[in-house]
Amino acid sequence: MEDFLGENIKTQEYFLNMGPQHPATHGVLRLLLKLDGEIVHNVDMDLGYIHRSIEKMCERDTYKQIVHLTDRLDYLSAHINNEAVCLLVEDALNIEVSDRIKVIRTIMSELTRLSSHALWWGVMGMDIGALTTFMYAFRERELINDIFEETCGARLTMNYNVIGGVRYDLHENFVKRVKALLAQLKQKLPEYDKLLTGNVIFRKRLEGIGYISKEDAIAYGLNGPTARGSGVSCDIRKIHPYSAYDRVDFEESIFTEGDSYARYKVRIKEMWQSVHIIEQLIDKIPEGEFRHKTKALIKLPPGDYLQRVETARGDFGVYVHSDGKKSPYRMKFRSPGFANLAALNKMAKGLKIADIVAILSTIDIVVPDIDR
Amino acid sequence: MIRLSIFTQIHEWLYSLMPASSAHILELVLIAAAYLGIFAILGLLLVWLERRVAGFFQLRLGPNRVGPIGLFQTIADALKLVSKELTGTVKADHFLYGAAPYFIITTALMAMALIPFSQEIHAFDINIGVFFIASVSSVGVVGIFLAGWASNNKYSLIGGMRTGIQMISYELSIGMVIVTMTTLAGTLQISELIEMQRNGWFIIQGHFPAILAFMIFMIAGTAESNRVPFDLVEAESELGAGFHTEYSGMNFAYFFLAEFVNLFIISSIAVVLFFGGWLAPFGITDGLHIPFIGLFWFGLKVTAIIFIFMWFRWTFPRFRIDQLLTLEWKYLLPINMVNIVVMALMVWLGLIIKF
Repeated sequence: MEDFLGENIKTQEYFLNMGPQHPATHGVLRLLLKLDGEIVHNVDMDLGYIHRSIEKMCERDTYKQIVHLTDRLDYLSAHINNEAVCLLVEDALNIEVSDRIKVIRTIMSELTRLSSHALWWGVMGMDIGALTTFMYAFRERELINDIFEETCGARLTMNYNVIGGVRYDLHENFVKRVKALLAQLKQKLPEYDKLLTGNVIFRKRLEGIGYISKEDAIAYGLNGPTARGSGVSCDIRKIHPYSAYDRVDFEESIFTEGDSYARYKVRIKEMWQSVHIIEQLIDKIPEGEFRHKTKALIKLPPGDYLQRVETARGDFGVYVHSDGKKSPYRMKFRSPGFANLAALNKMAKGLKIADIVAILSTIDIVVPDIDR
Repeated sequence: MIRLSIFTQIHEWLYSLMPASSAHILELVLIAAAYLGIFAILGLLLVWLERRVAGFFQLRLGPNRVGPIGLFQTIADALKLVSKELTGTVKADHFLYGAAPYFIITTALMAMALIPFSQEIHAFDINIGVFFIASVSSVGVVGIFLAGWASNNKYSLIGGMRTGIQMISYELSIGMVIVTMTTLAGTLQISELIEMQRNGWFIIQGHFPAILAFMIFMIAGTAESNRVPFDLVEAESELGAGFHTEYSGMNFAYFFLAEFVNLFIISSIAVVLFFGGWLAPFGITDGLHIPFIGLFWFGLKVTAIIFIFMWFRWTFPRFRIDQLLTLEWKYLLPINMVNIVVMALMVWLGLIIKF
């Protein structure tokens, strides 16, 4: 640029604060952009604006209470987060849950994933400037939330999973409503493609933008759909199947281009796969107990425990070091968003301001998940 | 200039009351006041229409509580904005900061004087009409630019800079489309432009190059009025509110209204250049003496064009700045240049369609 302008005219780098209050950062995240005109030279991420020391609070609470705290991490995958803690404790205590519980948990997890991806799709469109997508996505998301509400009374942070099962048995309308939802999704998901995916402006905005190679993706510890867009196979549902994932047939959605558009396609495909998974299970919910009795005060035997689950954003890990007391000695959550956000600078260097917004959208961050 | 009988009566009454010079000045003041009124009402109506159309596209209703089908909602909003405190930044360049909204309003009003609402209601019909509109509306960018610069806010500044780039680029396209169409018409005066379309609208007379010119005009017009997919100026997911981030209350409302009035002006130019202004399609109402029929046809055509602009807005994602420039300089401009030559050749060879 400077050769072109000659010696007397120079451009100057300047800083721009994106956030903590900014529509594109999806929460209280602060990005410090070093810019030359519109071109991004560096992105500094400033975290901690919504840090609530949840890991420390876990050292105070009992295991049954901890389940509720995990809601507040990635609130869009609240159900799946709960499941991680429940699975960990059940595993440690050798509680074998019934098939019914496993199937219910799987269906609910996939519904959560669908609802999270629907929100992501709507917000993705908004970030790129197509405001209508938000309303379309919420049409389907509302149905999912209605199902949640009927099942357990809550719509977002459901607290439906408890240690040893689920809180309530399924509502009698559950199967009927889920089937209606699946029918609608099959009809409306192609509409999503018509509105956004096939749009030439949209594709030009995403293709080749925010590239990250497979090697870099592994080096940065990316996970979930973000990594699968670079061709990394990392679906916990495939690698370490939990609940009923070992008995359903589904495809891990992987695209190898490594750009924003690949990450977009991964999530769209995941929505189809979720529909596919629920379809296989919804007719065959086995009979049995929906909740096993557990002790009032659960104490894990001394030792280290780890449970990984695949949330809508990726690999969510719960690590517990127990010294045999009622609460863990140390509890660590490995959140998918934190690792994914770390790669933003790598992806965004040399691009424009508008690309930062698009990349943030395809990474699909939830800030409380990053800050904990 | 204004030839409706009621206006003639007022004209004669004024001249009978006072000396000719003061009557003339008073008349001009009255016309200006009337146009200010039209400006406000038009802005409010278009905001309402935009919200209803948005509701239609987004599976919801839009405003529907205040007044019949929510018609008074925007009036209530405007009242709220009037009553709000004007906050601003201490570090702003206060003179320019305060002046910026008036640049935009004034240019929008000046351009509106040229709009032929009907054969009778047409305030300012000069021989360089279309050219005048184009040149006046290009001054509007100064207002946005000033707002962006004087706010002393980096988001505003980026928004303002983007405007500069965008407006200068797409001004070119609009200008060349006007050149294309005046090649066909041979005049710049708006009333003559419309009269010539009695033998078929220009989009039919000029067939292929005119349709191409219309498409380019729609793209450039969207960019000129800063609407999606060219709303980089105030790209809300990137820049908050862009150049008017630091404006509040009525100062903000000026920008907001001017944006919608500009949309109306762009649509009006499209109607004048391509769709025969206030003429009835195929002259179906020519023999009948229905009052305000010209106004009706003009309004109908403009509303149709505005609806297309709104359709764009609620379906398309936004361009990135380099894509926006690529589109103009690498595609629209060369196509436009060839189009002018094609149109000139057609006029020369007499290949235009006339009924």
